[in-house]
Amino acid sequence: MMTASNIRSLRAKSRSARAAFAALALLSTPALAQSLAITGATLAIGDGSEPIRNGTVLISAGKVTAAGAGIAIPPGIKAIDAGGKWVTPGLVSGYSRVGLVEVPAVNETNDASARSPFSAAIDVAPAINPLANPIAISRTAGITRAVVVPSTGIGIFAGQGAVVDLGADMNAITRARAFQYVELGEEGAKDAGGSRPAAILTFRTMLREVQDYAKAPASYDGRSKDALLNRVDAQALVPVVTGAMPLMVHVESARDIVTVLSLRQDFPALKLIIAGAAEGWMVAPQIAAAKVPVIAGGLDDLPSSFEKLAATQSNVGRMVKAGVIVSMGLMDRDEGLQLRLATQQAGNMVALNKVPGATGLSWGQALRTISSAPAEAMGLGDRIGSLKPGRAGDVVLWDGDPLEMTSAPIAVWIDGVPQPIDNRQTKLRDRYATPQEGALPKAYEW
Amino acid sequence: MRLILIAALLASAATPAGAKKDREAPAPTQGSSAEPENPYPSTYKAYPGVATAIRGATIFDGEGGRIDNGVIFLSDGKVTAIGGPDTPIPADIALFDGTGKYVTPGVIDIHSHLGDYPSPSVDALSDGNEATSPVTAHVWAEHSIWPQDAGFGRALANGGVTSLQILPGSANLFGGRSVTLKNVPARTMQGMKFPGAPYGLKMACGENPKRVYGSKGREPSTRMGNMAVNRQTWIKAREYQKKRAAGKDQTRDLGMETLADVLEGKILVHNHCYRADEMANVIDMSKEFGYKVTAFHHAVEAYKIADLLRDNGICAALWGDWYGFKMEAYDGIKENIPLVHRAGACTIVHSDDENGIQRLNQEAAKALGAGRRMGIDIADEVAWTWLAINPARAMGIADQTGSLKVGKMADVVLWNGNPFSTYTRPEKVWIDGALLYDSANPKLRPVSDFELGQIGAGDVK
Repeated sequence: MMTASNIRSLRAKSRSARAAFAALALLSTPALAQSLAITGATLAIGDGSEPIRNGTVLISAGKVTAAGAGIAIPPGIKAIDAGGKWVTPGLVSGYSRVGLVEVPAVNETNDASARSPFSAAIDVAPAINPLANPIAISRTAGITRAVVVPSTGIGIFAGQGAVVDLGADMNAITRARAFQYVELGEEGAKDAGGSRPAAILTFRTMLREVQDYAKAPASYDGRSKDALLNRVDAQALVPVVTGAMPLMVHVESARDIVTVLSLRQDFPALKLIIAGAAEGWMVAPQIAAAKVPVIAGGLDDLPSSFEKLAATQSNVGRMVKAGVIVSMGLMDRDEGLQLRLATQQAGNMVALNKVPGATGLSWGQALRTISSAPAEAMGLGDRIGSLKPGRAGDVVLWDGDPLEMTSAPIAVWIDGVPQPIDNRQTKLRDRYATPQEGALPKAYEW
Repeated sequence: MRLILIAALLASAATPAGAKKDREAPAPTQGSSAEPENPYPSTYKAYPGVATAIRGATIFDGEGGRIDNGVIFLSDGKVTAIGGPDTPIPADIALFDGTGKYVTPGVIDIHSHLGDYPSPSVDALSDGNEATSPVTAHVWAEHSIWPQDAGFGRALANGGVTSLQILPGSANLFGGRSVTLKNVPARTMQGMKFPGAPYGLKMACGENPKRVYGSKGREPSTRMGNMAVNRQTWIKAREYQKKRAAGKDQTRDLGMETLADVLEGKILVHNHCYRADEMANVIDMSKEFGYKVTAFHHAVEAYKIADLLRDNGICAALWGDWYGFKMEAYDGIKENIPLVHRAGACTIVHSDDENGIQRLNQEAAKALGAGRRMGIDIADEVAWTWLAINPARAMGIADQTGSLKVGKMADVVLWNGNPFSTYTRPEKVWIDGALLYDSANPKLRPVSDFELGQIGAGDVK
């Protein structure tokens, strides 16, 4: 039946199709990587070191060729004088759903999860929409790469996440199928039918089935009533069992973290990443000894669930102090939209240094949690996340200290390509700089 | 906030049949319209404080004023003196050096669900939305408040919050009465209740009411349905109010009592509303029935009608940067706060969030920076009005708190740096002159009953 709302949505679709076409035309204009020198910068490399004054970054052929103090500028290269302003690597969100979501509460635009017969085999990469508004909004805020995490629909496995860039072009994928995602805490218990023992048993049984599948794929019967995994999901989990693909496990409580670490007794090749870990500080030495990186929310400090009773903002600082590689990302909310909160998360870690009894991070360490640390957790530390030579030319020039909420980027480069500095929100801002209509309605102001 | 909606849906889906009886209002007094004056009175009493002065700090007075190298003197729970470096201070009092630090009035959050959607976020404690009818003007948020929510203590220690309004959720068109609290731990809600603060009425436009009830096959399922149910309800309320004012006998009706108080200007309307066009409809409705909207909350499109808000004397209580999480939030921009401020409308930074309430100063900083980048240069001390006198006015408590004026409640925060910096935290917080948080003293960190004896109790949070 052609209802009014159908007609409206069809009209909206043809409008948005035209807009998308126009955007594509712009995007297909060749945007070449610049050779570029930024000089006179308050420069942060992103590797945990503290910022230096009067630093220089050189970018050539889309990559960082040098960054630091006293770097000679090759002749003929375009040079930008930062005039003391801040330069950082493009920031990396350690946990997001950017590109999978336009409006989270509008189901048609939310591809983060599915009630599907498939789980582990789900691959988010082909669904990433580089034209999604949250990508442009995040990019304008200095976020240039993101870990994109699917969420569970039916069962404990959510599927394979990706690492993406936020550039204004149609090639968003930095690494497809970068990791598998599984829930083994409170959410995992729910996904497994109601209890943690059921979640752990499900996990172990499924991995045994994957081992069976790997031994003899042709004879694996994913359709038998005893099978938990269909063939497609079993196949997708083979690299997890062999350690070729990292397994990101969401758990929060100290108890669940210990349980997850012990899974390697039976599955020694598992390459674990722990997401969440609100109580990670309680078992930080064990996490560090297991060499498992953690992606945390950072500002969790409430007993918002019974698996977060010991949550504190000092969690990240205490884990870093114990030797854990900690990244920050958006846990529990706004994962598709608010990647720009990364600087607020990091800045607050610095604030803790002035609170007696709290454990914070130095400025350089804080920046690392939103740049090189998530890159390293994804096995991409040699490609993105810092301004070390050979890394992607992802650079942000800021109008102030990047971790201050009053600051914002002046310019953003991704792979050495200068990025647009406007987005839908800046257009709305400009249209309504004065709310009253002029000689024509607001609709003509664009 | 999204959490709250989900909780509302869960709650409405999972109400056990037997629980309904417990929630029914007590039988009304038949044949009498006499209302008890104040049936759940505040028992809050200021805790003892010592006469205290802070010297050498930068002071934002909360009304837009700034004193560099200032002096503030607190005694008997009040601000007793404030001024420049020459302000006289009596001898033999607690004297703090505020050099390099800042003093502000305590942060006031006009929109919180601490206590009615507390931590831990479990169904058993989810008491913020009576999502069983679109019109629940008869419920009072104070009867849902669990004083043991650890969120109150976090808002104090990390956010410098000294007063806050707790609202019912936004599932309903008429959500019920709000309550204003002092952020002081107590055994009972009454022990936190702000003495003399007027009540508020929570109303909601837009997606939430139409979704919650539309999905049950009930009215409203559309925005026009929202407005129709609102108007029908106001018609009844006017009749009730007219009879009451004339002293005519009628059966007491808790919801109608609240709405009649709104029509008489005794209860302040706090209206959850996102879109510009819907706010304009609500403004017309308020004129149709003769009540005033005190503040639109969330109002992500307030910047589109900032002139209308100014001309109608309506405050906008806003987030720093929330956008896009649902359709009616799609046009949220970071410049909302500075644009509304520049238009001359009353501007407030609010949280609606147990985490955001710990960083309202940082939300204001986002707005300051976004404004300055578009040429709206608002001074730091002026921006502090968004967290102080403006919410105090919209909550009807500005004669008692919300700024550092002599004679007002000594609700004061000493910050360890500029509070618009991410690197700054409260160092000390006084409420009515009592030192209730001191970052240097672990025993001056509130530990709620819920946390006591649990792992992490008393830890720095």
